[in-house]
Amino acid sequence: MSVAIRIQQVSKSFGAVQALDRVDLAIEPGEFFGLLGPNGAGKTTLISALAGLVRPDHGTLSVMGHDVQSDYRAARRQLGVVPQELVFDPFFTVRESLKIQSGYFGIRDNDAWIDEILENLGLTPKAHANMRMLSGGMKRRVLVAQALVHRPPVIVLDEPTAGVDVELRQTLWAFIRRLNEAGHTIVLTTHYLEEAENLCSRIAMLQAGRVVALDTTANLLRRFSTHTLRLRCRGEMPADLVLGAAQSGGWWSLPFDRYEDVEPMLARIREAGCGIEDLEIGKPDLEEVFIRVMQGETQGEGR
Amino acid sequence: MGHGFSTLLYKEVLRFWKVASQTVAAPVLTALLYLLIFSHVLEGHVKIHGVAYTSFLIPGLVMMSVLQNAFANSSSSLIQSKVTGNIVFVLLPPISYLEFFAAYVLAAVVRGVVVGTGVLLATCWFAPLGFVAPLWIIVFALMGGAILGSLGVIAGIWAEKFDQLAAFQNFLIMPLTFLSGVFYSINSLPPFWQQVSHWNPVFYMIDGFRHGFFGVSDASPWHSLAVVATCLALLTAFTLNLLKRGYKLRA
Repeated sequence: MSVAIRIQQVSKSFGAVQALDRVDLAIEPGEFFGLLGPNGAGKTTLISALAGLVRPDHGTLSVMGHDVQSDYRAARRQLGVVPQELVFDPFFTVRESLKIQSGYFGIRDNDAWIDEILENLGLTPKAHANMRMLSGGMKRRVLVAQALVHRPPVIVLDEPTAGVDVELRQTLWAFIRRLNEAGHTIVLTTHYLEEAENLCSRIAMLQAGRVVALDTTANLLRRFSTHTLRLRCRGEMPADLVLGAAQSGGWWSLPFDRYEDVEPMLARIREAGCGIEDLEIGKPDLEEVFIRVMQGETQGEGR
Repeated sequence: MGHGFSTLLYKEVLRFWKVASQTVAAPVLTALLYLLIFSHVLEGHVKIHGVAYTSFLIPGLVMMSVLQNAFANSSSSLIQSKVTGNIVFVLLPPISYLEFFAAYVLAAVVRGVVVGTGVLLATCWFAPLGFVAPLWIIVFALMGGAILGSLGVIAGIWAEKFDQLAAFQNFLIMPLTFLSGVFYSINSLPPFWQQVSHWNPVFYMIDGFRHGFFGVSDASPWHSLAVVATCLALLTAFTLNLLKRGYKLRA
């Protein structure tokens, strides 16, 4: 089976800025893939290159086996892109926009599918509203709907939840999850690392146009992040525990690997005469992974 | 040409039709005002090729409206889409550069012809018109509309801001259309300006168009056709090349 997205040695510079630097990625059909990185890392440029909006200086990209340049018609039919900018055509209603977008993809009589998308995104009551009259969140939903009119097997969402309320986020993710379960390949960029952690099975991190980490979400968490015992206490922390610990704002953070390790740690603290005032256990999270990767760590300091 | 092309054409026509008061009614009113003022001042004083001034003026105003509105349609649609960012809606689908070009230019021709017909209907009551050779009328209206539609595509793609587009319109399109014999026969000009006018392709569009009404004109309609067809071919090739390269549309 061919891969859903293949990106090979793709480089692109805008003047002196190297936006993408020999990026290699292969995304399997049915994956829920996360593309993370700070602003300016090249995520949107990479998506634009995939969509044919940007022409790379070097390298090739393909969608479902179709080269995005030489076989662009087939490639674009396989791809649905939700752009980051909140764009809309002020001349049309929601339904007109979706019918027109279907036509661009060569599809006539798409009403049944348009109805289904509208329903799933909670847009049915707004179907005949002019685009100008919609709130930001509603416009965002229409952008998602527009990307789906041609039932693309590969769906790319470029920061779809930036500045969006909780209700839409949940509606959106429930729908995207269902599409993923139905076999659609999903690529997501987001600054909400919690979202990526919950949704994506595999993650690539970009920094200054290069892929600096690429692994399953579970492996990344394991490699770069640990459990921590966080506590506030009166008295001296035992010297052997202080060694691996960090302190900030009166809280100690003590890293550990297995839950069995917690009890001996607490015992040592009690023996040292420390009175515990507050305590919590922190699980590995993607934010820590992200920060460590961006700081240039190439492998975890697993304990 | 597939369904993508016909949808883009439909969308472009629907776009101007939805705001027809600005895109159709306003230019018709403007042309009518020109007619009332110029014919009031000049009717009875001037005859051109044996044609009364108001009769002479009407085809000129019709063609000027066709040309200016064809340009306005493609250029303003593209600049608006670029500035607001919704140009991605037509760049993401599998629409070829040829379909893209054909849809924008054809929609521009439709707008030009709709406005031109409106001007004709509003003004034809004021003076007798011949309609001697309707085929010339149609050929020059369509080709002139397509030329200005192409120029509109070029300007819309090139301009990054509305004021750049306005400059293109004010410093190129307006002088070309005004200094083309809309309001006068170039034979009434001093020799120098006659020579200059012969280098203005818009002169041939209007002269050929007018020939269809009265059967008389400054230049032979075949000569005008050759000039207009050459211009259209060159502009089409140039615009298609820009679109193929993705100039300012695909980075």
